[in-house]
Amino acid sequence: MESTPNSYRNQPDERGHFGDYGGRYVAETLMPLIFELETAYRAAKADPAFQAQFDDLMEHYVGRPSPLYFAERLTEALGGAQVWFKRDELNHTGAHKINNCIGQILLAIRMGKTKIIAETGAGQHGVATATVCARFGLPCTIFMGATDVSRQQPNVFRMKLLGAEVIPVTSGAATLKDAMNEALRHWVAHVEDTFYIIGTAAGPHPYPELVRDFQSVIGKEAREQMLARTGRLPDLLVAAIGGGSNAIGLFHPFLDDADVRMLGVEAAGHGLDKQHAASLAGGFPGVLHGNKTYLLQDEDGQIAEAHSISAGLDYPGIGPEHAWLKDTGRVEYTAVTDDEALDAFQLLCRTEGIIPALEPSHAIAAVAKRAKEMDRDAVILTNLCGRGDKDIFTVAEALGVEM
Amino acid sequence: MSRLTAAFAKGRPAFVAFITAGDGDTAANLDALVAGGADVIELGMPFTDPMADGPAIQNANLRSLGAGTTTADVLAIATAFRARHPEVPLVLMGYANPMVRRGPDWFAQAAKAAGVDGVICVDIPPEEDDALGPALRTEGIDLIRLATPTTDAARLPAVLEGSSGFVYYVSVAGITGLQQAATGSIASAVARLKAATDLPIAVGFGVRTAEQAAAIAQVADGVVVGSALVDLCEQHGANAPEHIQALAASISEAVHAATRETA
Repeated sequence: MESTPNSYRNQPDERGHFGDYGGRYVAETLMPLIFELETAYRAAKADPAFQAQFDDLMEHYVGRPSPLYFAERLTEALGGAQVWFKRDELNHTGAHKINNCIGQILLAIRMGKTKIIAETGAGQHGVATATVCARFGLPCTIFMGATDVSRQQPNVFRMKLLGAEVIPVTSGAATLKDAMNEALRHWVAHVEDTFYIIGTAAGPHPYPELVRDFQSVIGKEAREQMLARTGRLPDLLVAAIGGGSNAIGLFHPFLDDADVRMLGVEAAGHGLDKQHAASLAGGFPGVLHGNKTYLLQDEDGQIAEAHSISAGLDYPGIGPEHAWLKDTGRVEYTAVTDDEALDAFQLLCRTEGIIPALEPSHAIAAVAKRAKEMDRDAVILTNLCGRGDKDIFTVAEALGVEM
Repeated sequence: MSRLTAAFAKGRPAFVAFITAGDGDTAANLDALVAGGADVIELGMPFTDPMADGPAIQNANLRSLGAGTTTADVLAIATAFRARHPEVPLVLMGYANPMVRRGPDWFAQAAKAAGVDGVICVDIPPEEDDALGPALRTEGIDLIRLATPTTDAARLPAVLEGSSGFVYYVSVAGITGLQQAATGSIASAVARLKAATDLPIAVGFGVRTAEQAAAIAQVADGVVVGSALVDLCEQHGANAPEHIQALAASISEAVHAATRETA
């Protein structure tokens, strides 16, 4: 892009576009509902009572603000920039996903919807959705790829305990992308009474915007906490990217701070020349799941299967705001392999006594590389967007440990 | 007069038949539809993620892609069809990504060169028309939009703006191939659409039998049948053409006769 925008924070435009990306690419049946959602969201955003209810639940139910933590031993081990963590893995349900689910279920209730559906990959968004449905007494149906159902059994059980119905999706490769197709199919057939809680900052407008807004609580808190603790802003923000909701939540409040650099970390899987889930590094612009964005696809526009050791990053697309931030150059994006993420996972366990999820382990791997190249007085802030309890079986298998 | 306009100007309702390209012997299946009396052919472009389709068409997409069908193959099928059947209108139906992958101009020109008359893109609503509409109009290819039970009066003008060929009324809020809408609700919906446009109205989704098609043909300008034909491709594989022709014949007879009852 030739010119620098006055603000990186005023996207999307009124048609829901982030530059060339975003938009509303859905079947006609859903269009009126998408408009209804947008209208309801505008009204909610302008209603102090809505914000007050959101804030109250964030504090007393989710456990916010999450701590800002200086990772002293990790910093020493890396021997470069100071590494700080935003501790969103300490939220109720163990990941950042709950922030968005609280916001969306309040919106659903405002709109008079009586049933909730969601898709899930690793199960974190499914658990968070099932949690808020239990909290507010709404019936909940979660679509989950059959492959993911078998590799994420603990989360499937959690969802069921919380009262959700989990529907295994067997179409396609039976992973997150297929779960999202099936959720959209269900939604088309139940538009009257059903609210679809999308789990990441993707999908048709206004989802990328509203998910970002709800997740921006991460960056808003981090910005205030960092100023209060150190009197300065970080030099570099780092966050893992599947669809990109935790990253946009951390980045967005800092986008107009010109001195703060940002790094989004995609999953390079077995390697960018092999199977991976890095849509920005290895994909091209296209249309899927209601938005235009970077997608893993072939020359005919057929969507490729993504691969990551982290089920939460295993998606062939990315939120459209990231696509735009890449093209504008405001945010830098990189990719980290399964093996690098596994190393970072273990490093964090041993240096800080924190077992991270495999998603933020990708961010930690990128932090480890960057910290060494930066001065000791430089500050890196990364979001620990999820805790690793759910991943210990996957990690054990990857490390050749029998459990 | 365009081939599509002519197909709806025969003084009787039109039978619009859908099958997926690359699912079995598509040329033979298409010939069977024409021999069975189909007035308009919808040729499905396979896509990995057909979000608006039920199991029948989802599986047809997977069979086709599994057999290695490419966009070039779909266009070759269309080109060969046009050579065999100079008068039968052919519409490509599919999803945005395969259509815009090489750019909308490329797709529109390639479709034109293949003798395609119209395009139905499930996931490009009027609000995103720029993604494909201008390129199709430049090439003189009809952009056939979908109207649904959720398309309200305020929205309908936007749907009709830039539409040509015909309007596809999706009779149920749902996915292809499963539910069937009540005939009464279809009649009032079609009447609403006809009050707003001079374009022919074809009704689809959930129409599986000659009886259902006949009932709809009494109130609409055309009836679309897809999943029931696609099911025959799945059941009969290489022997599908004879079964497709038989079903097409029974549906087209019922649809074409419907007018005579009301005329």
